[in-house]
Amino acid sequence: MTAARHEVCAVALAEAFRGDGEILASGIGVLPSIAARLARATFAPDLLLTDGVATLVEADGTPSGWMPYRAIFDLVWSGRRHVIMGASQIDRHGNQNIAAIGDPRRPKAQLLGMRGAPGNTINHPTSYWIPSHSLRSFVAKVDVVSGVGHDRAAALGPAGRFHDLRRVVTDLAVLDFATPDRTMRLVSTHPGVAVATVVERTGFPLAGASPGEVVPETRQPTDEELDLLRRVLDPRGLAAKEVAS
Amino acid sequence: MRDKRLSAFDVAAEIRDGMTLGVGGWGSRRKPMALLRAILRSSVKDLTIVSYGGPDVGLLCAAGKVRRLVTGFVSLDSIPLDPHYRAARQQGRVEAVELDEGMLQWGLYAASLRLPFLPTRAGLGSDVLALAPHVRTVRSPYEDGEELVAVPAIRLDVAICHLNRADASGNAQFLGPDLYFDDLFLGAAARRFISVEQVVPTAELLAGGSIHTMKIHRGLVDGVVEAPRGAHFTECVPDYGRDEAMQARYVAAAADPAAWNAFYSELVS
Repeated sequence: MTAARHEVCAVALAEAFRGDGEILASGIGVLPSIAARLARATFAPDLLLTDGVATLVEADGTPSGWMPYRAIFDLVWSGRRHVIMGASQIDRHGNQNIAAIGDPRRPKAQLLGMRGAPGNTINHPTSYWIPSHSLRSFVAKVDVVSGVGHDRAAALGPAGRFHDLRRVVTDLAVLDFATPDRTMRLVSTHPGVAVATVVERTGFPLAGASPGEVVPETRQPTDEELDLLRRVLDPRGLAAKEVAS
Repeated sequence: MRDKRLSAFDVAAEIRDGMTLGVGGWGSRRKPMALLRAILRSSVKDLTIVSYGGPDVGLLCAAGKVRRLVTGFVSLDSIPLDPHYRAARQQGRVEAVELDEGMLQWGLYAASLRLPFLPTRAGLGSDVLALAPHVRTVRSPYEDGEELVAVPAIRLDVAICHLNRADASGNAQFLGPDLYFDDLFLGAAARRFISVEQVVPTAELLAGGSIHTMKIHRGLVDGVVEAPRGAHFTECVPDYGRDEAMQARYVAAAADPAAWNAFYSELVS
């Protein structure tokens, strides 16, 4: 079976949860929530998942616990959660903005607000899903820091010890922060995407993307994963609508 | 037990210019819309609103009643952003204190326990502290010596919440999946008012749901308003879901003053 771009993205997002064990996997948005369920159904069976409201559910949908917002906040602060959030802007250190564009005191564009981003990023593993990799989203400096990046976490000293940015998945590529100075690195490009395209659409220097460097291709979904995605996890094809290219 | 029933207009009359008003619910879920309509019809202004914001915030901003908002977010859930709130912010009509969602919980909890602050790591390293300079940090007095955010108590003059059921003295019940932080809003406030879908005899509360759903006791409530569909157009499950068509009209009307006037007068009258 040949995978579409959004299916490659779903698997790349699911991979963020590999090895997480028995913690809450929270995917904010369509593809991250599909990805959490994909990981749960395949290589990360111990993950806890909610129905997106206030109920913990097992793989077949059986309710197994009550998880209102208060309990989720407790899990956030205890560290037993990995979230995949969106980002209106992100910089090379992984600072994320979902609050406002422009001067936040009088924004050019008011966005969601801080939501849980400050608490999530300082307390437990965080990854990002950015469905449109562009110069608008990958910026030299974010207008507001909602989610904390590596530079700011490092400046906190021991208080930043639970900060744990894992990966950034976009419609073009997988990126992480596995560099000596914890700045963003190109891990792989999705099948059919040129490294040059990723570089052009990134508003800061990207590690691992210099001319001559060999950049791997993001892994293809297995037949089992494709079958799960198409038949069980996303039968109505909602994920395809979230990916432009 | 005292009969605390009153009308939405009695509640609105308690809210005066410049007060800090806490609004329960979450996003576009179980918002006290009937009470808000009464407030919209009053002449009150210069309010500080504390809310996990939804259309409550958009409506109060559009009506020019808000000077300052303390929030973790403003969202309509099925529609991510509220255009009325956005316009107020982008035109500089409303000041905002944007906290992490958990910091807001902590501030209300601190107020409800009469503590000056509660510590947390949430906020460290982010721009929350830079944009809200009144929020300070505190050093742990123990061996770790860790520097933490000291979320200041968020004290409310008045809190309003909408629940599913209550008796006439304010013993109230939520029947949906989440209480959200309604108990903390009521705990943090000097004057506490709830509206409910239905006022029932105390003995009937348990018939509607287990003892665990009876999270609000009358010691937290000064007044009860019976307001069937009192959260509409936000959701109030299991009594009703969100009126998505009406919410969509609320959003669309932001683009055109005439449409907004028509929508607003229909909603408020």
